[in-house]
This record gives sequence, structure tokens and C-alpha cells, in this order.
Amino acid sequence: MIWLDTLVQGVLLGGLYALFAAGLSLVFGIMRLVNLAHGDLIVFGAFFILLLVSLLGLNPFLAALIAAPLMFGLGWVLQRVILNRTLGDDILPPLLVTFGLSIALQNALLEGFSADSQRLSAGALETASVALGPVTVGVMPLLTFASAIAVIMALNFIFYRTALGRAFRATSDDPVTAQLMGIKPASIFGVATGLAMVVVTIAALYLGMRANFDPSIGPARLIYAFEAVIIGGLGSIWGTLLGGVIIGVAQTVGAALNPEWQILAGHVAFLVVLLIRPRGLLPRAVD
Amino acid sequence: MGVRVETRTRASQIAGICALVLLGVAIALPAFAGRGLIQDLFFILTMLVLAQWWNLLAGYGGLVSVGQQAFVGFGAYAMFGAVILYGLDPVPSILIAGVAALLLAIPTAFFAFRLQGAYFAIGTWVIAEVVRLSVAQWKTLGGGTGTSLPRSATRDMWFVDGIKALFDVKTSAARDILAYWLALALAVLTIGAIYWLLRARRGLALAAARDNAEAARSVGVDAGRARWFVYLWAAFGTGLAGGLIYLQKARISPDAGFSVLDWTAYVIFIVVIGGIGTLEGPIIGVLIFFLLQSLLADYGSWYLMALGVTAIVVMLFAPRGIWGLITDRTGIELFPVRRRLILNTTKQEASDG
Repeated sequence: MIWLDTLVQGVLLGGLYALFAAGLSLVFGIMRLVNLAHGDLIVFGAFFILLLVSLLGLNPFLAALIAAPLMFGLGWVLQRVILNRTLGDDILPPLLVTFGLSIALQNALLEGFSADSQRLSAGALETASVALGPVTVGVMPLLTFASAIAVIMALNFIFYRTALGRAFRATSDDPVTAQLMGIKPASIFGVATGLAMVVVTIAALYLGMRANFDPSIGPARLIYAFEAVIIGGLGSIWGTLLGGVIIGVAQTVGAALNPEWQILAGHVAFLVVLLIRPRGLLPRAVD
Repeated sequence: MGVRVETRTRASQIAGICALVLLGVAIALPAFAGRGLIQDLFFILTMLVLAQWWNLLAGYGGLVSVGQQAFVGFGAYAMFGAVILYGLDPVPSILIAGVAALLLAIPTAFFAFRLQGAYFAIGTWVIAEVVRLSVAQWKTLGGGTGTSLPRSATRDMWFVDGIKALFDVKTSAARDILAYWLALALAVLTIGAIYWLLRARRGLALAAARDNAEAARSVGVDAGRARWFVYLWAAFGTGLAGGLIYLQKARISPDAGFSVLDWTAYVIFIVVIGGIGTLEGPIIGVLIFFLLQSLLADYGSWYLMALGVTAIVVMLFAPRGIWGLITDRTGIELFPVRRRLILNTTKQEASDG
């Protein structure tokens, strides 16, 4: 019974990691850019929501709704002003620029909000739980998981059912030919990063409501997101959810065995998958 | 009409002579410098060693690792283990640090080389985290809180008595001088080894594989082997530096030994700001880094923010760093690795005239 409970908690935790990973996966899929500041942007989003909550006295969900379009704008500007300049055959510039951004952002948050742990208060929702058959689960983890599925379905819809998605796919496959069809890659990349920042805002909302956060926790979130993407298989958005779930289950099982093993167990699961299926569990047919 | 291939330039010859003079001064320095200066120079030299090895990986090998702290921390822990568990002297144990890091690099490379480009970067970071969390489970070496070198080991360390007698200083100052000399030797050996490597056949193969993997393969360069080669060498050098750094600190904890900020982020900034893919870049970079740190370290997070922003600006507007700007203006190369074809006839004409 305990084990079933642990398993369910792990799966639900995986929803949070899938949310961390979805934005990273989206940006990589379209422009082959790995943003090393992704985790710090999630933490930034959480502080931004916190600021709106405390300044305007809003509910966190409403605050996230206000934050999302602003974060979209931030992502667009970030891509147009900085990241577009780094794209090319050489992998060094994007890596080193986003690494610099990560350090700068962490310390800007430290300066602005101090190193104190913060939390977004969600009121009664935080402790509410429902019985699902033999196990009782918290409403908040359940909501996180449902949001992860909703985000992934929405991204899939955008990708495969809209003109914007067609432009995304065309630019990803062949930017030069896409340009001949009247698509501007620079602008498409701006929209993609903007969209990724909307996903980041949703991830930040649940990060902040479920646990304490402080300016230093970004890199660890980046690592979980990265592990979920690699386990799932590059370019596969449902694979990202599966990857998140595997990390989540490994962590809760590891923690059940010995609290000190929680994080280590997640990393070990990642290495095992890398060993036996280097291309991930659900790799895209061609890459 | 014969031809020769040369890499030497007049600037490199002058720089070589200056370097020898500078080295002589540096060796004699403890005779007249204060302890603060010796400690600062130790810091500069060890950061220079880390930067040179990272530069070999990223700038020449195209392997952007964000996990070099694994080798610093693991090397340092191996050194502590040899001293605490087996009673070895700390000075020769530095070699054990290098070998331990080298051994760790084999499985690390096996996993990390399955990942390409940017994913390689985060993959090395994950492995460094795994090593940190595993070492934190090692209770005999203090677990998560860390441990110190025993007093007896640091007091009776090799050479310390000799240095005490030579300069008439206390044990702690003698230890600093010893660490400084070792760092100086390590820095000289590191630069020498990397320079030699880059001028040898293997260095040529490495540069070819970095610039165009396909073309390199067509002339018989095995890029995979070249990558293993630099990765293992860099791990060994980084491990030696880790052992030496913690010999001087004499106290370690997993969070400090495996700090991504101290042992990788700073190193990346040094190389990027100085000029990636050159031997001169890290030297310039470490001097600027030290200057910035002495001036701005009191401002804490503002200083790190400025460092991050500087790295972004340099990468966007001067991707070859400060040394790249200098070379573009003056054409000076202190460590030339480019092979230039020289026609003997023109050389004779020049000497006739």
C-alpha cells in the first residue's frame, strides 16, 4: 500500500518536472538552442508571480494569468535582442551566453529578493486532498499533473493544427526554404521563446505553490528538465511527460528508501536510460 | 627551392625569453614578497591551470563541459582519502588526485559522449552532481559536512621544514610558499603540455576535427579518439589542480569541492573574457578576473551579475575575447600554433639583402 502511494506521488511529481521540461523541449525542437538559464527563468517567474501577489493582493492563479503575457514579451525580447545573435553552427555562443545569463539572473534575484525562502500561498488548496481508490492524493499535485497534460496537449495542438505550428515546423526543418515561403525565422524564434516563457510561467506557478523557492534553486530545475527531455527522447513532447514521470517516480522511491537518496535516485535513473537507450524512450523517427 | 614549416614568430621568441625571466622572478618571489601576495598568486595560478584545461576542452576540442568541478572535487577527496585513511604525505597525494580524476573521467566520458553539443554540457553537470551526492554519502570523510586534513599531516608535510629553515618563517607561511611553488610548477607544466600537444600531430588533428569534422575524417582523423584524449588529459590536469587547491585550504566539504560556481563558472568567464581557443586568452582572463574580484568582491551578488553580463557582451560582440581583439589589431601571437610555410629562397634573399 505504501509502495502504491509512493508510486502515485512520484507520477504526480513527474507532472511538475514535465512542466519544467516542456519549455526547454519547445525551444530546442524549433531552434536547436539549449537555454542554460531555463531553470533560473522558472525561478524568476515564481518571484514575478510572488511580486504580483504581494503588491496587488491577488490569488496566485490570477497573478500567473497577468504574468503570462508579460513573460511572453520578455521571452520575445530576450530572443530577438540576445539569443538570435548567438544562433549558428558554432555551439559555443548560445551555451556561454545563456550560462552568463543564468549567473546574472540568479544574482539579480538574490539582490532583489534576498536569499530567503519564499512560497506562493494557495490557501486551503495547499492541504486539500481527494481519495482516488485506495490512495489519497493532494489536490495540488493532481492539479499540477493535469496542467502538465493540458500544456502538452495545447503545444501539440499549436504544433500540428495551426499556421503558427506549421511555421515552427518548417523553420525547424529548413530555415532557408522556410524563408522562401515568407517566414521570418528571427520572428518565429521570438514567438517560440515567448511561448516557452508562458509555459515557464505555469511551471513557476506550481513550483511556488508546492514548495519553497529561493534564487539559488534554478540550476537544479534545469537539470531535472534536461533529464526529462533526454529520457523522453529529443523532440518528443509526450516523451517529455514520460521522462518527467520517470524522474519523479525514481525520486520518490529513492526518498522512501533513504531521504538522502532522493535527488541521487533521479540522476541514476537518467544515467540508466542514457546507458540502455541513448536516444531516449520515445525518440522522434528522424532527427 | 626548399620549403620549411615553422610555427615560431619573432613575438613568440621575445615572449619566450620574457617568460623565462618572469619565471625566475616568480621562483625567487617568496624571498621578498609578503604572505598575502603569495596567497593571491596561488589563487591566480590554480585558476589559470583550471582555465587552460577547460580551454583545451572547449576551445580546441569543442567539448563544452559544465562539469569540471567533478574532477576538482573528486581529486581533492582522493587526496584527502590518501592522507587520512592511508597516512600518505599530502604532497605526493596530489598525484593520486590527478590519477583519481583520470579514472573518474573514463566512465564520465562513456556517458557524456553519448550526448551531443549542448546536451553534453548539461550531461557533464549531471554527472558532477551524481559524484557530489555520492561523495556526500562517504561517512569516513565527513559525509555532507566535510572534513579537514589532520594537523600532523599538514605540519610534517614534505619540504615544509626546509622552507622554514630557508626563509625563516612559521609553518603556516612555509605551507603557503610550498603550495605557491607547486602551483607555479603545475601552471608551467600545464601550459607547456598543452602548447606541446597543440603543436604536435594530435593537436593538428584536434583543430581539424573541431573546424570541420567531415573534412577531418576524410584525411584520416579519428575525431572520437581525439575527443577521448583531450577529455582524459583535461580531467587529469583538473584533478591535480583540485588536489593542490585543497592541500592549501586543508578543509573540504562536498558543496565547496564540487561547487559549479567556483570551479566551472569562474573558469568559463576567465576563458571567455580572455579569449577562447588561444593559450594567451586564459592568462589575460585570469588577471582581469582577479582584478575584478579584488575590486568588486565586496559587492557580492552585484559583482557576479556584472561578471555574467560581461561574459554575454564579450560573447556577442567580441567572441574571441580580449586576446582576440589584441591579435586582430597587432597580429601578435605569443604561443603560435599555426603552421606557416616558409620558402627558403625568399629567406636567403632576405638575409642577402
